[in-house]
Amino acid sequence: MQMKKTCVPRVAVTAGVFLLAGCASVAPAPDYNAEMAAMMKASFRDQGIAKVDRLQQDASNAECSAAEGKALSEARSRAIEVANLATVKLPVDGKFIGDWREGEKLAQNGRGMTWSDASAATTANGGNCYNCHQISKAEISYGTIGPSLYNYGKLRGVSDPASPVSKPIVEYTWGKLYNAKAYNACSGMPRFGHAGMLDEAQLKHLMALLLDPKSPVNQ
Amino acid sequence: MTNIQGVVLAVAVVATMGASAQQRTAADGIAEYRKMLEDGNPAELSEAKGEALWKQKRGPKNASMEACDLGKGPGKVKGVFVELPRHFADTGKVQDLESRLLSCMSMLQGFDAAEIAKTPFGRGEQANIEGLVAWISAESRGLKFNLPQSHPEEKKMAELGKRAFFYRAGPYDFSCASCHGEAGKRIRLQDLPDLTQNPGDGIGFAAWPAYRVSSGDLWSMQRRLNDCYRQQRFPFPGYASDVTVALGTYMGVNAKGAVSIAPAIKR
Repeated sequence: MQMKKTCVPRVAVTAGVFLLAGCASVAPAPDYNAEMAAMMKASFRDQGIAKVDRLQQDASNAECSAAEGKALSEARSRAIEVANLATVKLPVDGKFIGDWREGEKLAQNGRGMTWSDASAATTANGGNCYNCHQISKAEISYGTIGPSLYNYGKLRGVSDPASPVSKPIVEYTWGKLYNAKAYNACSGMPRFGHAGMLDEAQLKHLMALLLDPKSPVNQ
Repeated sequence: MTNIQGVVLAVAVVATMGASAQQRTAADGIAEYRKMLEDGNPAELSEAKGEALWKQKRGPKNASMEACDLGKGPGKVKGVFVELPRHFADTGKVQDLESRLLSCMSMLQGFDAAEIAKTPFGRGEQANIEGLVAWISAESRGLKFNLPQSHPEEKKMAELGKRAFFYRAGPYDFSCASCHGEAGKRIRLQDLPDLTQNPGDGIGFAAWPAYRVSSGDLWSMQRRLNDCYRQQRFPFPGYASDVTVALGTYMGVNAKGAVSIAPAIKR
């Protein structure tokens, strides 16, 4: 009713067609895209290594955010996966497997990239793996957001990761660690290689944890 | 038994489990530990402090907070917490408990709201706000969440909060929904409430503010959200900023009917 009071006299004075139309339609629907962008811009500030440029979304994140947890169409999922697969860089020396002991340390380490971390260098970052996955049997404190990776290599029949027969699963696993969106458009998993959080050597150690027959994961 | 002894016992219980029954008994040990914590919630100390602060004449205007309108009229505290965030005509904004307290501290007591918003958690006037939120939330203990959604601004904030909740960005591509978009998930052994719906009485939005055993102080909802964003690898959300109020509105609307146990006790 307050709206009527302010509207009517202005219409009477100006007899403006546009104003009249504005009044008749009551309040216009909010432009949520613009409101959302303005809110995010106004609400955050830089702190330590976490600068506001982190709010910038790439095409994959924008589309998966807009879906609000619902599945994308088959075609859109495929398009996002193709774009992400194109970012995957295989190891330059052609070797995929590092030291599973180092991999276990990285899997346990949940640090890195927060505003309370001093450096964004790969050496300062852990893999955060146990936060979301079961991995070795010995570690009972594991999360369940991601699937269990216990017996990852064994279940996939990898007895020698260097053999040609293992190549498809080895390359897939590398791709998954490097850029998880290459195989699942709106995957909840960080893109460790693509986002520059883990370097090639670190990724190789995680590969060993998952695929080396001697790793506790495959016992 | 003190809390510290409880922790030591729970850890010892977990550590001595046989491998076969590890899974179940680890969870049991943690449940036992949580039960022990409930016997004495140090949040009571914050509640007492908050009640005294509410009545005390303070600030440049030497006034109490007793004329503060938290949504049910000046000075009314019972039941306000389970209806926040809501729209306030005098500020023209949707406000959560903390942004509303800032307005009252500024309007009634003459404090500089921007200065308080810049103060780190647990220091200066921020420590006083912890007391106030402990007491004010406790005055709604046992009541069900029922946020008003009749004002267009309240509806708008719920929608913006939903968008913010699903907004994936940062080096990890995380959003709030990465951890809180599905029921029955956990990080390590920490259970995660699904905040896209009512997760149940005293869970999620209905459990904060809470006393954090791990940090030894009372955490407000603003502080909880701030640390979520830190772990989400996002930049720093301003205290009482619109994104935090929007998220509170979205989660509060989703929690409709959930019984508040705030201030709760958490690990």
